[in-house]
Amino acid sequence: MAVLKVLVIDDEPGIRSGVSRILKDFHVTYPFMDEDYTFEILEAPTGEDGIAMIEKNMPDVLLLDNKLPGIQGVEVLEYIREKKYEIAVAMITSYASLDVAIKATRDGATDFIPKPFTPQELKSSIENISKQLYLKKVTNKLMKEGKKIRFQFLSVLSHELKAPLNALEGYLRMMKEKQAGERIDDYETHIDRSIQRIQGMRNLIMDLLDFTKVRLERKDEKIQEVDLAEIASGAIVTVQPYAIQMEVNINLDVKNDSIIMADPEDLDIIFNNLISNAVKYNRFGGNVDIIIDSTDNEIIITFSDTGYGISKTDKENLFTEFMRIKNERTKNITGSGLGLSIVKQVIELYHGTIMVDSTLDVGTIFTVRLPKNPRNIT
Amino acid sequence: MKKSDFTILVADDDPDYLFQTVFSLEKAGYKTIAVESQAEAESVITRLKPSLAIFDLMMESDDSGFILCYKIKKKYPDVPVILATAVSRETGISFSIDSEKDKSWIRADKYLEKGIRAEQLDQEIMKLLKL
Repeated sequence: MAVLKVLVIDDEPGIRSGVSRILKDFHVTYPFMDEDYTFEILEAPTGEDGIAMIEKNMPDVLLLDNKLPGIQGVEVLEYIREKKYEIAVAMITSYASLDVAIKATRDGATDFIPKPFTPQELKSSIENISKQLYLKKVTNKLMKEGKKIRFQFLSVLSHELKAPLNALEGYLRMMKEKQAGERIDDYETHIDRSIQRIQGMRNLIMDLLDFTKVRLERKDEKIQEVDLAEIASGAIVTVQPYAIQMEVNINLDVKNDSIIMADPEDLDIIFNNLISNAVKYNRFGGNVDIIIDSTDNEIIITFSDTGYGISKTDKENLFTEFMRIKNERTKNITGSGLGLSIVKQVIELYHGTIMVDSTLDVGTIFTVRLPKNPRNIT
Repeated sequence: MKKSDFTILVADDDPDYLFQTVFSLEKAGYKTIAVESQAEAESVITRLKPSLAIFDLMMESDDSGFILCYKIKKKYPDVPVILATAVSRETGISFSIDSEKDKSWIRADKYLEKGIRAEQLDQEIMKLLKL
């Protein structure tokens, strides 16, 4: 239950007490609001008194007569606008001349209440204003949260981008000052590590491009018939050099129909990320099994590995941006921390789902379900 | 006492930064113990008392460095601690240990931005070790 303060500025005592009486037991509620609004009424007989009361009590709603003994209603409006106060203003007036109406609207009045008004007219005006105030409050809150999330994203991103630069700078400085010796051979590790950090940075930038692509691109024109078996084979070829180093076997099993309507680049993102994770976080000599199966309406793809597994706490944040599992075994695995977050966003774009099932030291299974013919991809 | 009588514990999860820091410390003459995580640093602390410690802020968790500061000061109140991180430059969030309020919760003796030059780091260490 929230209380909105309503200030009535009118020189007629009858209007002021009328408003008080009508709104005293009134409350506004809508199914979409998480709280009811009730009203507390403040009264002022002149514009000057009204401004003093605004300064003292900061009302949410102002019911304002234009024709006042001292300063006029529109001057009170101007005052509010200049001070940038967020007050919803409804003009009550019997002289609703076009001029006043236009000026008042331009100065921020949201509603007009004719004088004399019936209790019902006042109530419906107040209902309208309350609804607007509620929506404004919700919008402000959402914008603030959005900004906060963007800020966090940017700060982590800049950290991830700067770390490799710092490392490179450090190595170059060591070389410039010939700290490890006179010959170029003395710097073999320094150079190797620098190249690795550059590769890591390039991967991060590629992932970032995927990330913006998923968020910004219009899809409709790119949707086409795609064979997931082909996408999977392509992704396997890409990760093969690394798999050979790790002696990991990758098996693909297509049970039946594997055709889906989608943007092939999106499917590449899903398969590349999940297969390369399955190899990267696997044990030496392990296996990766990819099974593509389908029902009438959806395709079900499972990616199983025989790797480290994911602990319960790590599972909770698995799809969070820049989340990387840090422990003794994963410390030499490079990654941007964006992969799974991107994968999840792509899958959700197609109204699909991704689930993860994992046992420590046994392995992890990712199950992706995608509708064969998704609608409304924007 | 000479520099080789001092052992410096360095914890940083960026292997390159760790390598570079340790390299410059050893070149300056100190003995070093290098670890790549908060967990490893904690286990080192239980086994021995370093002369000085340099901790990265963000390792396994975002506040690993703060936790390590707290733990090492609890066990060895006289071991100087340097908290080295790039956090403030990158996020705009700044920590310092100049005010009394900050000192009460950041239990480090010196707060250093990452990427300072080897000679600068050596000078700060000499000050803390009263060399």
